Amino acid sequence: MSTVERLTVPDLLGRNTYEVDEVEAHIAIDAAVCATCAEKPCISVCPAQLYAVAPDGVVTFDHAGCLECGTCRIVCVTGGIVRWTYPRGSYGVRYRQG
Amino acid sequence: MTGAAEDAVDVIVVGAGPAGIACAFRLARAGRTVVLVERGTSAGSKNVSGGRLYTYALEAVEAGLAAQAPWERSVVREQVMVMDGERSLTVSLAGGPASTPGLPTSVTVLRARFDEWFAGKAEEAGALLATGIMVDSLIEEGGRIVGIRAGGEEMRAGVVVAADGVSSVLARAAGLVGELSAEAVGVGVKEVIALDASVIEDRFAVGQGEGAATLMLGCTDGVHGGGFLYTNAASVSLGVVASPAGLSGSGRTVHEMLQALKGHPGVRPLIAGGHTLEYAAHLVREDGWRGVPRRLTREGFLVTGEAAGFVLNLGYTVRGMDLALLSGIAAAEAIVAGGDLEHAYRAALGRSGLSATMRAVRGYDDLLQIPRLYRMYPGLALDLAGSIFEVGPEVPRPVRRRVHAALRANHLPLRTVLRDGLVGVRSV
Repeated sequence: MSTVERLTVPDLLGRNTYEVDEVEAHIAIDAAVCATCAEKPCISVCPAQLYAVAPDGVVTFDHAGCLECGTCRIVCVTGGIVRWTYPRGSYGVRYRQG
Repeated sequence: MTGAAEDAVDVIVVGAGPAGIACAFRLARAGRTVVLVERGTSAGSKNVSGGRLYTYALEAVEAGLAAQAPWERSVVREQVMVMDGERSLTVSLAGGPASTPGLPTSVTVLRARFDEWFAGKAEEAGALLATGIMVDSLIEEGGRIVGIRAGGEEMRAGVVVAADGVSSVLARAAGLVGELSAEAVGVGVKEVIALDASVIEDRFAVGQGEGAATLMLGCTDGVHGGGFLYTNAASVSLGVVASPAGLSGSGRTVHEMLQALKGHPGVRPLIAGGHTLEYAAHLVREDGWRGVPRRLTREGFLVTGEAAGFVLNLGYTVRGMDLALLSGIAAAEAIVAGGDLEHAYRAALGRSGLSATMRAVRGYDDLLQIPRLYRMYPGLALDLAGSIFEVGPEVPRPVRRRVHAALRANHLPLRTVLRDGLVGVRSV
């Protein structure tokens, strides 16, 4: 392989190890509040691209690939992120390099 | 875990990163009973940094530690790469004496490996490491923090130390720190890319076990930020840090910047053939001393490390882990000293030189806030450097004309450059 792979975010997340909490999401959004947000900064700043706007205009979030960086919490000014914490003990991303 | 007061420990340290581990290590050495609580399944499994550690701070924890540490490579080459479009200009500095004889001034580390080793050292010293435990809240009684709650259970301690990182849930819960602003941080992403050790040594022109640290300017599409490239034993850490405030609504993303950086002609040959092992993200405090809260303690509670804002981004170097170690040591010294915790902590931070170090470089914030640093100066530097090597059939233009042409081409009036230069001079 002489070239350098350009990877999509799902490809990148696929290189990581996760223990996904299937019971509880550590981050929760209120789509009704997000609907009132003009900027939706979460969508561009999340390095795992976990925030998206569905075709019907509703903001969605998937906690499974979260890198636990905390950027979304900081840029959310409208208050659509109604819960932000870390995953329960031993759940979430498990960095093998770090 | 139990709520019974007689089973309380002297100190609970939350977060097994450099600050928390250094604190637990020193407390255990001082004969205190310490529980080091970590939410990851092992120390280091939640921790991310660019990857360079200054060894003096590890030696400050205990002499001899640095030599035992599982570092990746000793940094013998410091580089700054300025990029614009397809072009790049690299300044490479090699050689020079080590600050401590026999020990490299700085080394690259991968946190999963390093932090696990370091936490093991704290355990050897007598601290109890409890992994896989996420602290949900603090227990408060009569205005004093007396313990933590985790998974429905309670654990009590004389002092709770919050070393829980940049998003510090506990320091916010205790009311010591407010919400971080999007202007006060950078969002960093990093790929760890596997490469053979001999390939790394050839490409970076270093010897066996030696490596390079490269910081980059001009790879963030005009957004406040930069890139980094550190060599590990058999991988490199390549990353981009950019202001979330600058990214918001700009249509640019930090992960796209990283992918573009991988393909840049100045970087691509260095990582060609590599295989990405992992993708990580982390917030980097960029508010320096201004970001350190006015109060660092409450009764029975203390905040340290990145949670307390002890991080310095100077553009040409980023210091997080060494300041975390120093602050963790200071936290332990303050707890051992007893009496007024805030007073003892401030005194210990003063003794370690941490406060003075952070105050000394306050002016850098002003320099790094100049938007032209990310938008126009990389282009200007490349134009000027390029003009030196321009050879053709025409008569060479005088240097003065070339400078003027480069300034014009980059939309930089001379007075703006002079004013920014003054900010730069003042900041150093």
